[in-house]
Amino acid sequence: MSAASVTSSASAAEEAERVIQAVLGDLRRGHSRGVIVDSPPGAGKSTLVVRAAAVIAGSGEPLMIVAQTNEQVDDLVERLAARLADEVPHARVGRLGRAGYAPSARIANLPNIVTASDIAGLGDPEVTISTAAKWAYVREGTWPWAIVDEAYQMRSDTLLAIASRFERALFVGDPGQLDPFSTVANDRWHGLVWNPTQSAVAVLQRANPDLPVHRLPVSWRLPHTAQSVVADAFYPFVGFRTGTGPGERALTIPGHARGPADEVLDLAAATGWGLLELPARHTVRTDAEAVSAVADVARRLVERGASARSGTDERAVTPDRVAVGAAHRDQVVAIRAALGDLADGSGPGQVVVDTANRLQGREYDVTVVLHPLSGRRDATAFHLEAGRLCVLASRHRQACVVVARAGIRDLLDTHPTSDPVHLGEPVKFPDGWAANQAVLAHLASRSVQAGGAAYAAR
Amino acid sequence: MTAISSYARALAAASGTAVPTATVRHVHLAARPLILVPLAMAGEANAPLAAMVGTERERPELLVVPQPRNRDLRFAFAARLAEIFLPYVLGFAADIEELTNGPRTVDAPQLIVPNQAGVAFVRLFGRSTRFRTTTGDYAVEPSVPLLGRWLTFFAERAEVPGSSLMPAATEMLSLHWATGQSALEDANLAALMGWIDPPAGADGPAAARLAEDPRHCPPAGPTTDPGFDNEVLAPAIAAYDAVTDPSQLPDAVKRLEEALHSQLQPTWDLVWRALDRLRVLPGGASVPGRWEVDRSRYTGFHTYMIEEGLPQARRDGAVAAARRLNRMERAQASYDAERAFDDPLVMADHRVTGEAFLGSVVAVDRDRRVPNGRGKGRLVTRPLVTLRTEDPVRLALGMKVVATRRRRQECVVTALEPCDAGILVTLEAQNGMGRSAAPAPGSVPEVGESLCYSSVLADGVRSATMPEAEDTPWTHGGPPQPYEPSEQDTAEAWE
Repeated sequence: MSAASVTSSASAAEEAERVIQAVLGDLRRGHSRGVIVDSPPGAGKSTLVVRAAAVIAGSGEPLMIVAQTNEQVDDLVERLAARLADEVPHARVGRLGRAGYAPSARIANLPNIVTASDIAGLGDPEVTISTAAKWAYVREGTWPWAIVDEAYQMRSDTLLAIASRFERALFVGDPGQLDPFSTVANDRWHGLVWNPTQSAVAVLQRANPDLPVHRLPVSWRLPHTAQSVVADAFYPFVGFRTGTGPGERALTIPGHARGPADEVLDLAAATGWGLLELPARHTVRTDAEAVSAVADVARRLVERGASARSGTDERAVTPDRVAVGAAHRDQVVAIRAALGDLADGSGPGQVVVDTANRLQGREYDVTVVLHPLSGRRDATAFHLEAGRLCVLASRHRQACVVVARAGIRDLLDTHPTSDPVHLGEPVKFPDGWAANQAVLAHLASRSVQAGGAAYAAR
Repeated sequence: MTAISSYARALAAASGTAVPTATVRHVHLAARPLILVPLAMAGEANAPLAAMVGTERERPELLVVPQPRNRDLRFAFAARLAEIFLPYVLGFAADIEELTNGPRTVDAPQLIVPNQAGVAFVRLFGRSTRFRTTTGDYAVEPSVPLLGRWLTFFAERAEVPGSSLMPAATEMLSLHWATGQSALEDANLAALMGWIDPPAGADGPAAARLAEDPRHCPPAGPTTDPGFDNEVLAPAIAAYDAVTDPSQLPDAVKRLEEALHSQLQPTWDLVWRALDRLRVLPGGASVPGRWEVDRSRYTGFHTYMIEEGLPQARRDGAVAAARRLNRMERAQASYDAERAFDDPLVMADHRVTGEAFLGSVVAVDRDRRVPNGRGKGRLVTRPLVTLRTEDPVRLALGMKVVATRRRRQECVVTALEPCDAGILVTLEAQNGMGRSAAPAPGSVPEVGESLCYSSVLADGVRSATMPEAEDTPWTHGGPPQPYEPSEQDTAEAWE
């Protein structure tokens, strides 16, 4: 590591620490009922949650923590238990589960954890943690403090169901990620401050415009090569910096290039990004050629035995450090099938293949992405959503390879944003159209064309 | 669009006739529905122009507003509509069955409009009438605000997936047939009926083309044909306005009535023909259950109108909005699941996506007993059923599935193995086998049985209870001001 980069990451750490101290200061003073923290991908959101929880638990006031999925809850429980064991040894963490809940193996044997399926069964622990869905069934008791994690993924009506349980709260989340959705369409709530289909943070900010908002400034996950792309496309007004400078991360893929998949991997290793472009064509969702191209890239990466360096720490890129992302579940199933024993779910140490929704909040060394607009004839709001592309393009520590049919920019040009604008409804920015253009513009100079026959249906 | 409906559209386009996308009828059709075909005047939001309304095919009532810009005449129209509408709607309230959780009427009114725009007209007309006052300035007939509340009730029910209280004819038809034209073109009732029921000697595209010519077939409204507006309606209204001698008024009104009758009668007939086509289909098994919900809602609103009767709020408050969203999402989930269970053609959609499969039972471990998981060494009956299927199954282990012909038995997917021609799916039956240790006869599938299992199920979980409106938390803006009826409600420029 060079002297210059030591200072760059040291100052980044200082910068992040200043924001965290400001957040904790706001919490301690308690001038406002809520504090909002926006965080770009991989900016230490969970670390902040755990630190804030330890501070509140240390002050002796009961705390409730709300996360969105059971996995997120278990992640937090694990990290929080470790931290509290050091800092507040007497404090216990109560993990509230659904009826018939059995704690997962990784948290079952921690000493300072209690689990139960109702509040009474926990016996007033210092910290109580559960999913928003479960909290909605807790009918009584109030906590002086709450921490709501991944608040941008939570829907307004879910927050309404649990908001009576706390007096003050810290809301932490990533505004660039996927918005919550509803299975029914109804325009009767447009323009209302409390539109139940918007995110919890949106309603909170519209109903309480004076709440302090902090922004975590440094992404520790993303490599320097991703800084300008992800920040410009998805966080155009606030931006962020990466914790590592140029050259501090490196992906080494030994072996010689034998085909387009290898070429795009080499390109990604050198520049952090790669676009494998298949010939333009309108296809069904589970485009057989695109699916086999995605699988080929992932397989070649594993076969060639890549290694990833961050600073002075060098590790092999094992299959479980590789993720493949797609927009639809049927695409995921098709890619898993194409990867065969690399991703058949038979055990640990396999490539992770999932939809954008389920990859939220996770981190890998290298990601391979099937572009949501690849081979499409139209660009619907679902496929254009900025959050979807943002999740897919910001899971990696080293490099991201995008596989797509040629012609997406033409598709975008023929489908300008045409969503109706409703009075009183905040405009969502950046819109997916602009974000897609920005990402594609960056990828254009890092593309490898796969010839017509390279992935023809086998 | 799903794979099956896209395929059906392609088939329809190729063959020139509509292709069924359902084998049973998924909507309830009342024995005596009230048909309402409204027309609005162009250029002014929701200004009623005319309506054809009634319960008898041969005897529609024609209501006309001779000068739609005149608000007194508009509300006179509302009062006349109420004279027909309210007796019909309230006529179902007397016949009641007592249930354990309260009374419910044995039947309910059903209002049928030609298209989705008709539903929107009813919603807006309900909005413009429900707050009117019957005293003071610009008083209206007492029946008008009552009409507005009932119209609003129907419009709000129409938003709920699976409700049949106010269906639109085009929506009902599109649910059961696919045409070779776009969804936008399907919103034209005449064109849609042209595909489904073309006149003798014509095919779907020809009939639809003809139906789109306003000279041949007036639009189903509420928007009128601009040609008619310019050439017929405007002169007739001008002639009505120009009358100075009251004895000439009936003639001027009669001229308007005849003109509007010519615009309404074809749509009136089309709606009835659409109902004829739909009545031929056998009703789906879950349709009566959904109609029961409609009847309960009708009963509940009728009681509310007697006991409180305040108009529905202009906008949903935070709590009301969240409750409504949850209700609608639950209704959507159960409607989707029920429709597939009722109808193999709808289930085919889920089989294409791998969420459901049709298979034959190849092995059964009928008397399998396993520990109940709560200790104490107690055993529970959990038979295993293995099916072989050639469908592209995309189920995950641990997912819940239910068979179309064994709806009371939940199963969990415990194994998925590829076999020579397809996939072997092993399911563990969870319930529906009686109380004794051995499963009741017939309660477990048998080898050779052909069954269709689906993972698209209604979400049985009750949604979380929301706080009361007066306890709206600070995150959502705090408690709202309670509603007090006031003069402000009806304040608007009248003339």
